[in-house]
Parts: sequence; C-alpha cells; structure tokens
Amino acid sequence: MDAAKKDSGGLTIYLVVYVSILALAGVQILLAYQHTEGPQLFFRVLSVALVQAWLAVMFFMHMRTERRSLVLSLGLYTVFVLLMMNMIWSDSFRLLQMRPFPK
Amino acid sequence: MSDANITMGGHPAGVMEESPFAIPSKKLVMWLFIISDAVTFAAILFAYGYLRNATPDWPRPFKFSPSIVNVIFMTFILVTSSLTMLMGVRAAKAGDKSGAIRWTFITAAGGLLFALLHIREWLGLIKEGVRLFQNPWGSGLFGAAFFSITGLHLAHVIGGVIALVIVALRYKRGRYNSDDIEISGLYWHFVDLVWMFVVPFVYLLNVAR
Repeated sequence: MDAAKKDSGGLTIYLVVYVSILALAGVQILLAYQHTEGPQLFFRVLSVALVQAWLAVMFFMHMRTERRSLVLSLGLYTVFVLLMMNMIWSDSFRLLQMRPFPK
Repeated sequence: MSDANITMGGHPAGVMEESPFAIPSKKLVMWLFIISDAVTFAAILFAYGYLRNATPDWPRPFKFSPSIVNVIFMTFILVTSSLTMLMGVRAAKAGDKSGAIRWTFITAAGGLLFALLHIREWLGLIKEGVRLFQNPWGSGLFGAAFFSITGLHLAHVIGGVIALVIVALRYKRGRYNSDDIEISGLYWHFVDLVWMFVVPFVYLLNVAR
C-alpha cells in the first residue's frame, strides 16, 4: 500500500512533529549559549539533531509506514558507512598534538 | 496490442517481478539517491569536523545578531516548507489537484526565501573579509569549510526549488501524477534534514562568546 495513503490519518500528527522539530531547534540554540564547550556541547547538539532527523525521516518522509525490509536495507547501509567514517578522528587528534594547519 | 499482452524476454508481463519493497521504482530510486547524498553530506561534515578538531585557532565568528537570528529564521522557513510540502502530498493523494499545485508552489517559495537569506548571509561574511582561504579571525580553512558545506546545501535548495516548480507544472498539465509530487517531497524533506545537522555543527559550535 502507498505510504502516504496509509499515513493520511489527519494533520495533527504532522503538526505535532513540526512543532517538536522547531522546539528542538530552539533547544539547540539554548544549549549553544550555556556554559558548555567542546565535546560536551558537541554531543548534546548532536543528540538533539539525531532526534530531529529521526522525526523527519519517520513522519515527514513516511519511513514508519514503509516495509521493514526497505527500512533495514537503507538504514543498516547508512549507519554502517557513517560508523566507518569515524575512523578519521584518531588522525585528527594526532594532528592536534603535532602541528596545526598553517594560517 | 494492449499493454497487458506485451511480453518481455519471451515471458508474459504477468510473471514479471513486482517492484522491490512494494513501492514505485521511481520512489526507490529517490531513496537510493537520498542515501548516497546523505553519505556525501556526512563525508563533508566529517571532513569539517576533522579540520576543526585539529585546528586550535578555529574562528568563532557567529554573533547572535545577525548570524544566529538569521539562522533561526532560515530554520523556521525550511521546516515550515517541509510542512507545506506534506500538505501538497496529502492534497495530491486526495485528488485535489489545485491544492497540491498551490502547496507545492508555496513550498518552492519558502525554498527561494531560504536561498535569498542564505545568500545575504554569505555576502555579509564576504564583506567582513571571509574568503575561501583567509579571514580576519583565525585559521584560513574556516572559509573553505563554511562555504563548501553551506554551498552544497544551498545548491540542493536551489535545485529543489527548480525541481518542485517543474514537477508542479507537469502535474498541472497531467504529465505527472501524485507519486511524482510525493517523490519530490521526499527530496525536499531530505534538504530540511541536512539543515538540522548543518546548523549545530557549522553555526552553533562556532558562536562568538
């Protein structure tokens, strides 16, 4: 069945998701102006962005009503690639200890 | 000969495989494009993170006014345009052709406004002396990272606006159907989704204190 047709159960859910995403954006801005810095601030804003992205994918893009096989195929591939990209951090910290980029 | 009688490879059409995951092929292609594009954006954000982490004198130029206020407006416009896109898809699925066209054009107008605000912000930074490889505040790599990330996103927004207008016009003429509106909506929501990561990483981690 078509995902958008299945998901046509009223505007309320979309409005709730819309307001939630905007509220989370506001939370990010508040976090940025608190007295947190560095990794702590990074992980806080990343967590909020992930919740926003999850809401957008599941509700705006109707992923929650698609077949589980589609969700797993796309999701596992993406998560795997994103996790593999994290291998760069060790080199980034190594560079910080050695020599910064020139101006 | 009717379409039902057309054969492929010597087999009747009835025994051909159904569309993978029970969605239209065009929609599956859009999902695959979105995944590959998401990985592209992730790569450019990881590269930015690598540079920022390894550079002690990374600039933090974004003052609350005008930069962060501008970002708040841009975020509001883009997320709202996602909602109007949803309205367009709902109208198209319900057979309300004029409603679908109207909401899709409103979405495109939101995208255009977002692009204009973004260009205005770029011009402001350029006026302050930010270039691709130099700026008045610190590491010269800031400009390259900032303009690459926001420029790639801006290109997606402008491309999306053009695509939405074309799809709406073709839908109006009957060449496209509600599936096409839904598929272009998927792309538009993805552009919104990318912005949710650009704002915290590029702007909020670099606010001036």
